Amino acid sequence: MSARHPAILVARRFLRRPIAVMGLAVILLFVLGAIFAPLVAPYDPIATSWSAIRKAPSMAHWMGTDENGRDVFSRVIYGARASMLAGVISVLIAGGIGVPVGVLAGFAGGWTDALLSRLTDAILACPFLILAIALAAFLGPNLTNAMIAIGVSTAPRFMRVARAATLEVAALDFIDAARTVGTTPFKVAVRHILPNIVPPVLVQGTLAIAAAIIAEASLSFLGLGQQPPDPSWGSMLNAAHRFLSQAPWLAIFPGLAIFLCVLSFNLVGDGLRDALDPRGQ
Amino acid sequence: MKSNIAGRIAQIVPTMLLVSVLVFCLQQLMPGDPALVLAGEERGDPRVLAQIRAELWLDQPLIAQYFHWIGRVLHGDLGFSWHIRQPVVALVMQKLPVTLQLGGMAFVIAVLIGVPTGIVAAVYRNRFWDYVANAVGLAGLSTPNFWLGIMMILLFSVNLGWLPPSGFVPLSEDWHQSLATTIMPAFVLGNAIAAVLMRHTRSAMLSALDQDYIRTARAKGLSNWHVLTRHALRNALMPVVTLGALELGALLSGAVLTEQVFSIPGFGKMTVDAVFNRDFPVVQGVVLVTAFLFVMLNLAADLLYVVINPRLRRS
Amino acid sequence: MRRFLLTTAALLAVATAAQAQTLRIALRQDTDVLDPTLTRTYVGRIVFAGLCDKLFDINDKLEIVPQLATSYEWADPKTLVLHLRQGVTFHNGELLDATAVKYSLERHMTLQGSFRRAELSSVDRVEIIDPMTVRLVLKAPSSPLLAQLSDRAGMILPPKATEAAGKDFGQRPICSGPFMFSERVAQDRIVLTRFPGYWDAAKIHFDKVIYQPMTDPAVTVANLRTGSIDLAEYILPTDVATVKGDAKLRIVSSPGLGYLGITFNLANGERAKSPIGQNALLRQAFEAAIDRKALIDVVFNGMFTPTAQGVSPASPYYVPELPPPGRDLARAKALIAQSGIKTPITVTINVPNQPDQAQLAEVMQAMVKEAGFDLKINLIEFASSLTAAAQGNFEAYQIGWSGRSDPDGNLYAFMHTGAGQNDGHYSNPAVDEALDQARQTSDIAERRALYAQLWQQERKDLPLLYLYAPVNIVGHSAKLTGFRPVPDGLIRLQGLEMGK
Repeated sequence: MSARHPAILVARRFLRRPIAVMGLAVILLFVLGAIFAPLVAPYDPIATSWSAIRKAPSMAHWMGTDENGRDVFSRVIYGARASMLAGVISVLIAGGIGVPVGVLAGFAGGWTDALLSRLTDAILACPFLILAIALAAFLGPNLTNAMIAIGVSTAPRFMRVARAATLEVAALDFIDAARTVGTTPFKVAVRHILPNIVPPVLVQGTLAIAAAIIAEASLSFLGLGQQPPDPSWGSMLNAAHRFLSQAPWLAIFPGLAIFLCVLSFNLVGDGLRDALDPRGQ
Repeated sequence: MKSNIAGRIAQIVPTMLLVSVLVFCLQQLMPGDPALVLAGEERGDPRVLAQIRAELWLDQPLIAQYFHWIGRVLHGDLGFSWHIRQPVVALVMQKLPVTLQLGGMAFVIAVLIGVPTGIVAAVYRNRFWDYVANAVGLAGLSTPNFWLGIMMILLFSVNLGWLPPSGFVPLSEDWHQSLATTIMPAFVLGNAIAAVLMRHTRSAMLSALDQDYIRTARAKGLSNWHVLTRHALRNALMPVVTLGALELGALLSGAVLTEQVFSIPGFGKMTVDAVFNRDFPVVQGVVLVTAFLFVMLNLAADLLYVVINPRLRRS
Repeated sequence: MRRFLLTTAALLAVATAAQAQTLRIALRQDTDVLDPTLTRTYVGRIVFAGLCDKLFDINDKLEIVPQLATSYEWADPKTLVLHLRQGVTFHNGELLDATAVKYSLERHMTLQGSFRRAELSSVDRVEIIDPMTVRLVLKAPSSPLLAQLSDRAGMILPPKATEAAGKDFGQRPICSGPFMFSERVAQDRIVLTRFPGYWDAAKIHFDKVIYQPMTDPAVTVANLRTGSIDLAEYILPTDVATVKGDAKLRIVSSPGLGYLGITFNLANGERAKSPIGQNALLRQAFEAAIDRKALIDVVFNGMFTPTAQGVSPASPYYVPELPPPGRDLARAKALIAQSGIKTPITVTINVPNQPDQAQLAEVMQAMVKEAGFDLKINLIEFASSLTAAAQGNFEAYQIGWSGRSDPDGNLYAFMHTGAGQNDGHYSNPAVDEALDQARQTSDIAERRALYAQLWQQERKDLPLLYLYAPVNIVGHSAKLTGFRPVPDGLIRLQGLEMGK
């Protein structure tokens, strides 16, 4: 790979943006925390202690204890697992549905495009969260179904991005050349179009993870996500809501975690977009 | 251009048709038999179940059920709430003003925050205030609505006691109380949209400031302020206006949890309650109505864009 | 002169407006349909307490007292004669008479989707003796019948208006209670206005009652403190200290009629074939692993009462010789060993998606784990938990019951073979026998003895593991006087008054 390879150029431009790099660092921190949670967390996140219920933050419990005497700091660390998993997997689902459909629509054109585009319009017309709530509730409340619900509701966004990128790429000369040479449409799509739509999809993906983390927290807040006793930031907020005046720390810390994590993904997404599209500078 | 507009309007029909199919299909996802829910204590009685199924057309093939349902929808009949036995249309009419008031206030707040910060960011491009505005905007985008709501209740209601923590008073009843109850949720809703508006205002301003005629105006010696307000801003506001119409759709989505947190009896709360009560006609009705509103707002945004952008009209 | 009259009228209007008193009551959730025949929510009963009078009422000692019926007598064990109150009119001016009573009871018994059918299942037919006297002919003697008639099944509706409204009756209900229906905004408020023609008008001191559902307990407390509501029918035990700390507020806690327990699926479909559904020893071990008192201390600040029976400690039918057992981990382990089933034993429990119920399940999860149970919590929304239970889609179900004044209302439907809410399909002839016999006698001691027999068998089988009896905790403004708690938890508006 030469130094002129586009990916390296993009990486260089990305690394020149300190704020985006900071976002990436925070994400890495969260990911490492999620993976190595058993090593990082000072306590077992589901170990209850009836003698230490709703204790304010202290040296022993940096973020206090919850309504069952569990360590909030440890639960926030383990909660990163649910949030990261939900963010990434639901976006993979969304991309897995949206990108092929978008490429198909953009590539095939005509009636196929019209039908798929109207279908996308139709799903996008239904308010995202309402759709996700209805799907999650009807599928049955647990983390997997929440991820499916978020993924399906997010898919149209990927479809749109992929379709637009495909149209743009398909208009380029080399695609025409490939077609006239007699390459099958499938090969053209895989060889030439897919690599070219990676950048916009990557940006969309990063930003969508941020949105998906908020969506997972929202569903868990309504009790439609992570099942107890395993923590997720949203379900911790759900439980905290009851003790707002008696134990505000229960609501503050999981919320801060969501905020930091989502902010980082947004920063990285912005950084990526700018790095991929130098014209926007 | 005219044919373009006609084309846009023509697209609405298949989109709404597909929305209606989607909404109808949602019911198939719902576990359990609606007849069982409605039969109450007589759910063991097959005759009662058969009667309810016949009343609701549940004993018909899916296609027939769909056409029966859509036929009634086209006549303005969204059916009855299973939970409180009121017509869904009446419920929608009851709730819509609440959410619209909230959304309207949120939008005003969003414009008041988003547009000025966007201008500041553009004028001080790549300097300190630009970064500050960007950071504030991103922070707004990254805060979960419901958490911000909880934090505001914690601060302004629980600790300071300045504002009521929940509830809703219509403007027509007591405007003072009405503002007091809606200011926090409207801010929570508006804050996220302010961030989007800010970003768009910034980039629109930047491209406007780059235009030749602005350079000319500056070269003519017009004051910076004059150039900004008379020339750049007017052009920059165009995409902002159309974007605003689109973001109203996002408002409806954002209202779901905000209304839940602040106990505001609007569209969002009705929807969540309906989902939890398995009150299917209400869920269907709400999704259908919001989707329709969204599609219409989209169209309005497109038309508005053409109206305020003379260049597009001529092409 | 005319002008003068107008001014006086205006002045009068101002004066009455100043005196017009509104009572604002917070409900824990929104009610369902406001039709006495079709309603099934607990909060609905609270609204009906202002809207619809019943044949009888109950007092704080759970005794039957007259309301629309002034007296009753048993002509024989299968014939109940009711004497109706003279001069009672419905909100629409219709006169309350024997025809209206016959019409209403028959509607309760026959309307499609009626939730009163089981409550009146003992009634064979209703006969009119004269305009103010009716006779209820029963299929079998029924001691709980009077209690049923003191609840929704005893609410009387105006025949003409009800018939005209049909299934839409719930949109504008008309009854004979102290307040008339004025408007309802779903999820927001139900407004009732004073009924000037109420038969007991002297006891009514408000012009308007507004019921406001507030699903968030923190919000309820905040509204109570700012004076936006005058009374909250439900205060969380964890919020009691906050309310007590406010000099402008009062807390009234009194024993309730309900319970919370775990229903095991013993024979309802495939999911009954779980170890805990098939083995009573495991259910006993499960109980022995639970520390009811600690559970209540953690989740409900110790305010509720541990119990091992489905009859309220406030009821004369409570069996004091049957206290809830304490935690005995050694016994739990021994029972599991005796069952021969290897640990960990997985039990999946359906829990309605409410924060305190979820917490309760979590605490229990930690407790039974020590005995060798792996309790998996399946949080689902209340409505779907009910459907799942009816369809047998559960192993264990954590569910409460608001309670009825007669013990039969807490037991029969949940424990008798084939009964409506016996979701686990428990069936035991001894239990059926005790339940049936208890319906046939009105003698308190005799009935209590029958229930004691029932508990003997139930404690062995444990189809339903009772955990606690909740306490009704009402919070209200200190200015509000005349509030008398009744174990059913309903807010009776008679006698309530706003002081200065």
